[in-house]
Amino acid sequence: MSPTAVHGLWTTAADPLDRIPAPHIEYAQLAPTLIVVGAAVIGVLVEAFVPRRARYLTQVFLAFAALASAFAAVVALAGAGYASGKAQIAAMGAIAVDGPALFLQGTVLLASVVAVFTFAERRLDPAAHGNRVDSFAAQAASVPGSESEQAAVKAGFTTTEVFPLALFAIGGMLIFPAANDLLTLFVALEVLSLPLYLLCALARRQRLMSQEAAVKYFLLGAFSSAFLLFGIALLYGYAGSVSYAAIADVVDGTVARMDPALAATMGNDALLLIGGALVLMGLLFKVGAVPFHMWTPDVYQGAPTPVTGFMAAATKVAAFGALLRLLYVVLPGMRWDWRPVMWGVAILTMLAGAVIAVTQTDVKRLLAYSSIAHAGFILAGVIATSKDGVSSVLFYLGAYSFVTIGAFAVVTLVRDAGGEATHLSKWAGLGRRSPLTAAVFAVFLLAFAGIPLTSGFAGKFAVFKAAAEGGAGALVVVGVISSAIAAFFYIRVIVLMFFSEPKPDGPTVAVPSFLTTTTIAVGVAVTVALGLFPQYFLDLAGSASTFVR
Amino acid sequence: MENLIALLVAAPLLGAAVLLCGGRRLDKTGHWLGTLLAAVSFGIGAVLFADMLGKGAEDRALHQKLFSWIPVEGFQADVAFQLDQLSMTFVLLISGVGTLIHLYSVGYMEHDERRRRFFGYLNLFLAAMLLLVLADNYLLLYVGWEGVGLASYLLIGFWQHKPSAATAAKKAFLVNRVGDMGLSIAIMLMFTTFGTFAFGPVLSSVGETSEGTLTAIGLMLLLAACGKSAQVPLQSWLGDAMEGPTPVSALIHAATMVTAGVYLIVRSGAIFNASPDAQLVVAIVGAVTLLFGAIVGCAKDDIKKALAGSTMSQIGYMVLAAGLGPIGYAFAIMHLVTHGFFKAGLFLGAGSVMHAMNDEVDMRKYGGLRRYMPVTFATFGLGYLAIIGFPGLSGFWSKDKIIEAAFAKGGTEGWILGGVALLGAAITAFYMTRVMLMTFFGEKRWQPAPDADTAPSAEPAAEHRAGELPHPHESPKTMTIPMIVLAFGSVFAGGLFSLNESFVKWLEPVTSFEHGHPPIGAAAVTGATVVALIAGVGIAYAMYGRRPVPVVAPRGSVLTRAARRDLLQDDFNHVVLVRGGEHLTRSLVYVDHSLVDGVVNGTAASVGGLSGRLRKLQNGYARSYAVSMFGGTAVLIAATLLMRGV
Repeated sequence: MSPTAVHGLWTTAADPLDRIPAPHIEYAQLAPTLIVVGAAVIGVLVEAFVPRRARYLTQVFLAFAALASAFAAVVALAGAGYASGKAQIAAMGAIAVDGPALFLQGTVLLASVVAVFTFAERRLDPAAHGNRVDSFAAQAASVPGSESEQAAVKAGFTTTEVFPLALFAIGGMLIFPAANDLLTLFVALEVLSLPLYLLCALARRQRLMSQEAAVKYFLLGAFSSAFLLFGIALLYGYAGSVSYAAIADVVDGTVARMDPALAATMGNDALLLIGGALVLMGLLFKVGAVPFHMWTPDVYQGAPTPVTGFMAAATKVAAFGALLRLLYVVLPGMRWDWRPVMWGVAILTMLAGAVIAVTQTDVKRLLAYSSIAHAGFILAGVIATSKDGVSSVLFYLGAYSFVTIGAFAVVTLVRDAGGEATHLSKWAGLGRRSPLTAAVFAVFLLAFAGIPLTSGFAGKFAVFKAAAEGGAGALVVVGVISSAIAAFFYIRVIVLMFFSEPKPDGPTVAVPSFLTTTTIAVGVAVTVALGLFPQYFLDLAGSASTFVR
Repeated sequence: MENLIALLVAAPLLGAAVLLCGGRRLDKTGHWLGTLLAAVSFGIGAVLFADMLGKGAEDRALHQKLFSWIPVEGFQADVAFQLDQLSMTFVLLISGVGTLIHLYSVGYMEHDERRRRFFGYLNLFLAAMLLLVLADNYLLLYVGWEGVGLASYLLIGFWQHKPSAATAAKKAFLVNRVGDMGLSIAIMLMFTTFGTFAFGPVLSSVGETSEGTLTAIGLMLLLAACGKSAQVPLQSWLGDAMEGPTPVSALIHAATMVTAGVYLIVRSGAIFNASPDAQLVVAIVGAVTLLFGAIVGCAKDDIKKALAGSTMSQIGYMVLAAGLGPIGYAFAIMHLVTHGFFKAGLFLGAGSVMHAMNDEVDMRKYGGLRRYMPVTFATFGLGYLAIIGFPGLSGFWSKDKIIEAAFAKGGTEGWILGGVALLGAAITAFYMTRVMLMTFFGEKRWQPAPDADTAPSAEPAAEHRAGELPHPHESPKTMTIPMIVLAFGSVFAGGLFSLNESFVKWLEPVTSFEHGHPPIGAAAVTGATVVALIAGVGIAYAMYGRRPVPVVAPRGSVLTRAARRDLLQDDFNHVVLVRGGEHLTRSLVYVDHSLVDGVVNGTAASVGGLSGRLRKLQNGYARSYAVSMFGGTAVLIAATLLMRGV
């Protein structure tokens, strides 16, 4: 019995179960995920068994080693041809190992490496009672403002649990774009979401706001998961399988055999349309598309800034990967149904993100709305439904994640007595006081705005070009208008930093350790490199743009 | 031999670079260096000329490609030179007259602190002008064209401390921009039509092009020529350009630069030949300017401005001839060369007179100078006889041929153009006789020099002695020698050129030539010209020779007053262009403020307002967010189902 057939057995409940064979797992091809999840498990053990003093170093080293070796595994797999010719479906049909999956996994891993650097930064917050501390709460479980919290701060506790949590989330993100059946998709979604809810609650400063953000994220995330799950159920009812390939066969009408137990519902298009829409909704929630975006500003603002950067970059990469696979593998047969709807979503997302950002006064909220607008731009590439569309989205995600992590890393540097000074009015005249920091932030803002010679321009150009060639000219027009609106508030920040008088009680720019410095430097380097020489990376994305089915 | 061509341009260019960058070290010797390099250029020109004479008529043209300037796929521009008979003529005129005027300037600018800079600009002008006539394509010609414009601007405004000089320079610059725009449009049209700029391919493929396109190119070239050569309607700058030092007026604004328009038209002859409409417009512009300049010249009391009007008028003759086609091209160039001699000589003479008279330019304050300045008188007088077309002198040969050719155009327009040219000859005789009589004859009307501070002109060549009568004296040798040489040219050049039609035959391979046949016979035309000449001289003698010349100008008739104001050219420009332009800009500003800014600000305000309203939706309550998600999902599902339904 072939592995796929076995997979069919446990996903097709109607078949009698005479025996359960041992599943066949291709460990080598799943190595990136296995390494990261394995390291996360070890991280939990470290929390339990390693003395408190040594935990920080151990965890940082472990996380870095895991991410680096996972990335090496991705490169090795790509080098072995799994990104193109040898692309296949592993783990009995659950996980695809193909070009888009490997490209996105690589992107997630690289972004995670620099994001974990900002997690580990311990120079920015002033030392509490002689202990160097990071951006995270001393003890997550203590009530904000309580005596136990003060005691924890005094004792110099730090929440080193963030590293295993992040690794679990990354593990989920690695599976998410590779998931090849709906159940795996759901499991990956939960694996990546749950640790993020926790991480959001762990800010050292403004803990109440942080916890509020986490609760909102959790409630809304659970809400959207429910929709997703319901959609999965409906799709199963439609196709009699949760496997992408099997659903696609039913959609195309090439299915070999109707399942007698599901004869009443199978092939019922209403189930397909409603189920498809609900699954789409669950994914659009994760990418922060309008009207499922409302958690984004609150959560981005409340979460610890390193987590915000990580979330904004890596989650978006993973979620768009899953969305691409769903639309290109499962639902290409019904693209005339979903394309107009996605048109509407993309237009709303671009416009709403850009327009609402205009009146924001907080840097983190501004970047949150900017990320919404960018989700809209990426959706334009998704809608292209072409190979160019896939490669442009892959490129855009890579470019965007480094700009985002870099920008949030700069936000962690600008501080006053209350921690990070995120109100825009405090950034006035920053360019006079700290020209280098302001210049770096300006580079990121220009990249967000899509100014030529930055990665943002190359990405936007690729996406819009693919969309226009895919017959979505009107979408491109809206995209360009939104870019113009968005340019206003990006440039406004630059003007504020360089052409306003500094305030006397303005914030200072903290001197970070090499960790954050590396993050920002990598962000700038990637932004400029992808802006100056986009072709190599576009080719790379282009060679990785075929989905296995 | 062709490798020498680049040196023609390089020598004065080197001079300009050295003099302008060399600093004060060169103050003592710089002027001689500039003169020497101009002479070197002339020497090379002479060598090339001798070489050219030794060859057959058809293979005299030389080409030199210096380097590839803009090598782009589909757009090839080379820095390449073409030396044919037409360019050769100009090279000799420019470098020859140029060298003489450099020499003259050594004396004339002796007391000027910025003499080195002056010679630097003069060399720059020579380089640009030689580039203009040596270029083998229109794009490189355009470089030279702008170069001479720059040099002209710098030299008109050389005494920039005088507001009138600064204004005059600006005016020349602005008016020339209009013409330059015409040239650039013509070049663009050529590129889109022919795909190249080079003279050879452009002019040889004229036959395959529609007449409409050629007319457009021709008219744009004419616009360019009008700007550079001060032809109606772009003539207004030339009179004011006389604010520049007199050698500049002689070299740039009489002998060479202002004839660049004629060169352009003759060089592009094939285009005009194929477009009779454009050609007729050229002839009309020439005829109108010919009368315009002559009438202005009659009314001016400023000796340089009278000569400037005359220049305008004489170039009008050349443009008229160029507008007659193959029967006129050669005579246009011939008149250009003879005019180069006698007009440069006249200007140098005028400079010499001013030099002697404390920089006084008002002819009403001259009088009786022939006894005090015999050399100036003699050379100026020969130039005078040449320009009025006294039989046997240079101007006679060339102008008579143009009048003949104008009649030979045939039909009504032949009669009109010929008549205008003949009338112009009479007026020329009148105003030049007037200049001659007012300056050198009659009683002394000399006035004490005004205070140095209030001096209208700041030509520093003569020392001002406030309150004293001028002591006219002959100018130094450096000034008189060039005048004498030019006088020789004024007397003999025309006859030499006409001997056995040598000049026409020389140019024929480049410009092509046809004999014109005037309807009334060549002898009759010549007779009429002589009659016109006698009439002009006679009237002038009656008005200025028999009666004393009043020191203060009489009010004069309406025409006289209009002519003194350059036939209201500036008033016209002011009312139509300046006022009109102001109205246009004001209304554009209004549109910009109310409409464009309104739309921009309105858009910004509405985006901001929308943003303010939308952000209220973000109220912080998870329940509202959940409702939004629920509603969104409902819409999503509904839309998906609807799409299937549609």
